[in-house]
Amino acid sequence: MNQYSIWKYLLILIIVAVGVVYALPNFYGEDPALQITSSRGFELPADVTTNIDDALLVEKISFSSREQQGNRLLYRFKNTEDQIKAADVVKKALGDQYTVALNLAHATPEALRAIGGKPMTLGLDLQGGVHFLMQVDMDTARSQQLDRYVDDIRAVLRDNGIRYVSVRHEGNGLLAMLRSAEDRDRTMNLLRTDQSLQGLNVTELPPGESFGISATVQEKQLLELQQTALKQNITTLRNRVNELGVAEPIIQQQGADRVVVQLPGVQDTVEAKKIIGATATLEYRAVDEGNDAFTASQTGRIPPESRLYTDNNGNPILLKKRLIVSGDQLIGASASFDQQTGQPSVSVTLDGVGSKRMLDFTRENVGNRMAVVYIEQKPNGSKIEDVISVAVVREPFGKRFQTTGLGSIHEASQLSLLLRAGALAAPMEIVEERTVGPSLGADNVAQGFKAVVIGFILVLVFMAVYYKIFGLVSNLALFVNLVLLVALLSMLGATLTMPGIAGIVLTIGMAVDANVLIFERIREELRNGNTPQASIRAGYEKAFSTIADANITTLIAAFVLFLFGTGPVKGFAITLSLGILTSMFTAIMGTRAVINLIYGGKKRVRKLAI
Amino acid sequence: MKILNHKTSIDFMSRRNAALTFSVVMIVISIISLSTRGLNFGLDFTGGTLIEVGYPSAPDTTEVRAQLAAAGFDSLVQTFGAATDIVVRIPPSDTEENSAELSTRVLAALSQGVEGEIEMRRVEFVGPQVGDELAEQGILAVIYAMVGAFLYIMFRFQWRFSVGAVAALIHDVTISMGILSLARIEFDLTVVAAILAVVGYSLNDTIVVFDRIRENFPRYRKRQPVEVVNTSINETLSRTLMTSGTTLLVLFALFFVGGEIIHGFAFTLIVGIVVGTYSSIYVASAALLLLGVSKSDLIQVEKEGATIDARP
Repeated sequence: MNQYSIWKYLLILIIVAVGVVYALPNFYGEDPALQITSSRGFELPADVTTNIDDALLVEKISFSSREQQGNRLLYRFKNTEDQIKAADVVKKALGDQYTVALNLAHATPEALRAIGGKPMTLGLDLQGGVHFLMQVDMDTARSQQLDRYVDDIRAVLRDNGIRYVSVRHEGNGLLAMLRSAEDRDRTMNLLRTDQSLQGLNVTELPPGESFGISATVQEKQLLELQQTALKQNITTLRNRVNELGVAEPIIQQQGADRVVVQLPGVQDTVEAKKIIGATATLEYRAVDEGNDAFTASQTGRIPPESRLYTDNNGNPILLKKRLIVSGDQLIGASASFDQQTGQPSVSVTLDGVGSKRMLDFTRENVGNRMAVVYIEQKPNGSKIEDVISVAVVREPFGKRFQTTGLGSIHEASQLSLLLRAGALAAPMEIVEERTVGPSLGADNVAQGFKAVVIGFILVLVFMAVYYKIFGLVSNLALFVNLVLLVALLSMLGATLTMPGIAGIVLTIGMAVDANVLIFERIREELRNGNTPQASIRAGYEKAFSTIADANITTLIAAFVLFLFGTGPVKGFAITLSLGILTSMFTAIMGTRAVINLIYGGKKRVRKLAI
Repeated sequence: MKILNHKTSIDFMSRRNAALTFSVVMIVISIISLSTRGLNFGLDFTGGTLIEVGYPSAPDTTEVRAQLAAAGFDSLVQTFGAATDIVVRIPPSDTEENSAELSTRVLAALSQGVEGEIEMRRVEFVGPQVGDELAEQGILAVIYAMVGAFLYIMFRFQWRFSVGAVAALIHDVTISMGILSLARIEFDLTVVAAILAVVGYSLNDTIVVFDRIRENFPRYRKRQPVEVVNTSINETLSRTLMTSGTTLLVLFALFFVGGEIIHGFAFTLIVGIVVGTYSSIYVASAALLLLGVSKSDLIQVEKEGATIDARP
């Protein structure tokens, strides 16, 4: 007798049902929608939705639903006409603090979304969009780092009253020239022990005309700096991409020094690249209180130690040329309310060197003003310099301090974000770009889909003709396999690419293999004179180890592909591996269950339709 | 329906010397072609810029090339799939120009003298350093896949089987790449994926035959190894042809309707599956015999054979 226990049938039914439910979202279309994010990526205040709702009500535009996902707000509309009208209305209502982008949102019903149902994401090759691979220029980052060490060493020597001939960076190391052996020994000691100069290996140079010290930065320290630089760059990129209003951007680290940026649906690469490629830095500068900025701007007579800037209200302001702290010495910044006054403020944390410099500066400058300058370098060579805040120094401070005098908590969070992520820590270069136009994407989807359908039908017909009833059963299993594969890919949030589709097609071809192995075994058993029931059992049992061995070796290959592949190759490996797993389930357990239902219950089976 | 009669008893192994000669010749041709003609490396490996544009009506590629040359581009122009689609390839240059500007300038140059609007379908730019890494990764992936398979087969079967399977793999990959080189198929990332899929498929096929050999050694104790191998191949022959057949059906669907992008992928797999099917019969099994496989090699799996024998 060939019968499965009830729990096995139940298990199969449950798995298939779950598969169907999670595959379903792929069959709903997309709703025209509006995506609203803040221009600088800070959190959306609670009253934004009321503003938008009111504005839409006034214009009598109805929306079908509204939802908030983290920092983005999504409004769905019945048709594109409403969507476009609404975009204008919302833009006007919110002003340029927010980015309002047209967007297509998945029309998956609420009930399915509630249990995490979502359609597969289409890769850029299928929906069109831009892919950039950016390489962080670590050489420049290192060189900047060494320059900073030079500044720091000079500061330490000055503080300790040691007069030096020169301190400079040469190649991958640092070189300090001093006037006497005594100075040199003191300096050696300082370089080894000073809090602000960590991670240096110091050696004494053979005596010559002057007394020299050479120092190199420890590898560990450099690696740490690289990691920080990369992380900071990613944060910066993420905030810039927000300005583009892209629905589901991907910004990820790849390898030690690369960043992948994928912007689905973006067509204008020039614009995208302009925003992504801008480099920016921050500087803290002292306000020149001794001279009047208005007179300077009118007469053009600018004091030699200062430069003329324009503040965020459009007024001229004179800032000292000597830099207090630059943006890369900033560890963190967050918006909060001042504990004493309750005013919105930004608290900033500086690194060791930065805090020491800040302390030195503020000790001598209580009551004076300090400005934050935001400098953005555009790819076309032009430069934007904005004074984003000017604040009075109330008391000496170092590592942690607060900036108050900001208009609102929005302004505070905007400033903290700019401080945190305004600057690229190291320059980046685009090493790979792939842009796919929307028509090509649509063509790829259509052709890929057609290939899957045709290949699938060919296999179905072939199997049905060749193995009769058993062939039909395996066709059912093949279909369920496809459903399960789509469900798994959707659940994992995998991205479907063209090679991914090829992987699915190949899986179909190979999924048949398990059934072929089983059915050929059954035929063999029948030829050897065994009864139909015994042949079914023996066929499944004997074929199992073959199927397992064959599939595990293929899985090993797919796993290696996954480890080494990037982008599309990875997608192929994922679909192939998942396909092997689902096909093991459907082709062995699934078909056995159905075959048992057909033949298993009968006492006497004369002939199998195989 | 059955393709093959009840029991085939083709004496595959008697022709193994001829097959060996054939394989050696194919491998030599492949290596010669790979070392002289080389592979037609795609943008993924060479670096450079590729721009695909759609014209309202079929353009003359020679004119397009001249047009681009006049605008100062050293380019290669080909039609891609449809006659209205062309692909412009521009080799990597030393000048520091970013790809966005380059593609905009190329589009501007192409638009001149064309009635209607030409449409940007695809832009790809790959920096030269990326290509080298990809090649390295691809080779490493194949090697690691082989090492993984070797170890797994050694664990489940025996070292002679590992050697046989890996020999078949090297055979398949070499000949597939040789044919790619001869046919000037563009070797890009999707083709690398296809080669790795061929590795997986070839292994799968070989394992099925090996599995039968492992099962048959204890069963036919008195027969010579050559006979056992022959029987095993014959017993799995209809499965081998069936699976290759269905997979090929699907691949032909991909090849003919899947679109230009997937052409190289489908072609590589078709070649790989044909070669892989052949190699699982002749290369892997012949290698086993060459290495002197005997039933004593499978003593550790005797237990499994015994249970099969015991079954009525």
